[in-house]
Amino acid sequence: MRYLVIGATSGIAKAISRIWVSRDGEAEFVLVGRNASALDAAAADLQVRNPNAKCQVFSLDLTDPTAIGRLESQLGSVGRIDVALLAHGELTDQTLAQTDPITLANSLTVNATSVAVLAEMSARLMEKSGGGKLVVIGSVAGDRGRKTNYSYGAAKALLDTYVRGMQHRFAGGNVQPILIKPGPTATPMTAGMPGASKMASPDKVAADIVKGIDGDKATVYTPGIWKLIMLVVRMIPAPIFNKLNF
Amino acid sequence: MESSVTSFGRLTSEGHRVTNASGFLGQTNVLPRGLGSSYGDVCLNPGGTLAVTAGMNNFLAFDQETGRLKVEPGVTLGEIQRTFAPRGWMLSVTPGTQFVSVGGAIGNDVHGKNHHARGTFGDNTLELTLLRSSGELLTCSREENRELFLATLGGLGLTGLVVDATIQLQPVSGAYLDTETIVFGDSGEFLKLSDESESAWQYIVSWIDCTSKNGRGIFMRGNNSADTRVPDVKLGGPSVPFTPPFSLINRASVLAFNQAYFNLNRIKAGSAVTHYQPYFYPLDSVTNWNLAYGPRGFYQYQMVIPRHDGRAVLDEILSQIRRSGQGSFLAVLKTFGADHGPGLLSFARPGITLALDFTNLGARSDALFKTLDSIVMEANGTLNPSKDARMSRAMFEQGFPKFAEFEQYRDKAISSAMSRRLMGW
Repeated sequence: MRYLVIGATSGIAKAISRIWVSRDGEAEFVLVGRNASALDAAAADLQVRNPNAKCQVFSLDLTDPTAIGRLESQLGSVGRIDVALLAHGELTDQTLAQTDPITLANSLTVNATSVAVLAEMSARLMEKSGGGKLVVIGSVAGDRGRKTNYSYGAAKALLDTYVRGMQHRFAGGNVQPILIKPGPTATPMTAGMPGASKMASPDKVAADIVKGIDGDKATVYTPGIWKLIMLVVRMIPAPIFNKLNF
Repeated sequence: MESSVTSFGRLTSEGHRVTNASGFLGQTNVLPRGLGSSYGDVCLNPGGTLAVTAGMNNFLAFDQETGRLKVEPGVTLGEIQRTFAPRGWMLSVTPGTQFVSVGGAIGNDVHGKNHHARGTFGDNTLELTLLRSSGELLTCSREENRELFLATLGGLGLTGLVVDATIQLQPVSGAYLDTETIVFGDSGEFLKLSDESESAWQYIVSWIDCTSKNGRGIFMRGNNSADTRVPDVKLGGPSVPFTPPFSLINRASVLAFNQAYFNLNRIKAGSAVTHYQPYFYPLDSVTNWNLAYGPRGFYQYQMVIPRHDGRAVLDEILSQIRRSGQGSFLAVLKTFGADHGPGLLSFARPGITLALDFTNLGARSDALFKTLDSIVMEANGTLNPSKDARMSRAMFEQGFPKFAEFEQYRDKAISSAMSRRLMGW
């Protein structure tokens, strides 16, 4: 199988790629990200785990549509992409986003615009080369705006609507969009956040995601309990919700 | 971001700024930290910054012919064992938990059950790249930057941030060990068994019943097995789900546990083929076992005493513990081989080492430790810094006489609760 992994050095993407490489003797990876040396390290890791694995790396600014256009033409020749995983993103300092226009604009660009642009790019590549699964990492934070993280949550909410739109468009077709909604996960992105020690491990989250992809789920909450939690959170009436502190 | 951080012993919970490893540079008071599995304050820096390397967890290169493995510092020992055991290689040295990082294993120059055969983790570290707070990246090995290399092995994280390390694995047939379990009646029998076993057995460890009058115990020795079965061990086991309001480890439970453990093993005594996980990492099967010690946490007290007169000293220590009524669940006893650990501040050295866990009882714990300290110091022994949270500066300086030499290799931007307590900076 050939895997296109965008944001390939993120904690969740690395954990998922490691599951794929350990069970798939013929795994081929196209690793895309911002930091060339971190991508090389991620590629080396997969090849140590499975010396038969093949890796190509592409580093670029994922917020630059022109660079993404160049990437698309380069990827046109790699062959069929069986799974595309879109995993890049960065946590936003909500307080800073409220006072600093650049922080807010960057957060929305990285977490929403860039992912949507790359999702369409992946869909085009897949449509041309025989189809595959298009997996987008959203977040439970996108299920309802909260005062502590709504600039990040709103970007993830855009991905929710975007992937649902793609699911509608490709219904019955050969591209299969899947939306993943992890709860807080202990990755480098969340290092130092209060409660980081109680967060789900990337390995657990990755195992859930791989299972969801294998099972052709449309939406995967991980850990599974978040499906219930967010159902409740969405149902709390606004007058009550707005008095809560979380 | 600011958050409360504890170490494995959970004695304190204080505010730290926590960043990932990329936040190491540009700080004035920072400490590299792996998984925080140390018991005491070696991995704490209250009021300062922790640069957590756990996310730097890539394998970088592996040579199947020589068993040389290059890794980033956040790779865990468990990940190495799982990945390479099926390919005929395992760690040369592993401590009693697999939930530690390579960076932490280097910084504490940890040892395992095979010190007499393979030395310490540092003895099997071939090369590392050290990032200093100045931004300088230095290749360190026994040939290049040798002094800094030897300061970094067991250097308690104080010389810089290890960005990669090359370690030597040892060849194995599979994931199993041939083991033998033998009951002993007192410390003299233990020492005799150790002497007899060192040449033919790679792994030796004992559990001693510190509630018993004579110091009876269970002696366990093992070698890598020729058995090449595919491991069928199920991962995971029970876990302690939350911190109970008081310690579950008390006089009655310790007595009951020690009785039961001794008798269970007496029945099991003899030869067996055992998977490496329960043999090397028995405690890892109970997730969060450290929570059982309750909200005040616990101390681990690990001493080494010279072999000469060791039996008398050991008996005196066991008798003081029995008299205090503060028995330990897990009293782990072993002998070190003839070599001192390679680092300037390495703990491993020729002698007998005993490790004990004690619920934090405040002044009562303190009184017992002071009694034990004076016995250990008088015998010219010392304590393991990677477990310690309270030894005196005088005790540290006696046990680690190269502390002054070490200071010239420290990274001036790095400090920890332990370095401030024991070295004054």
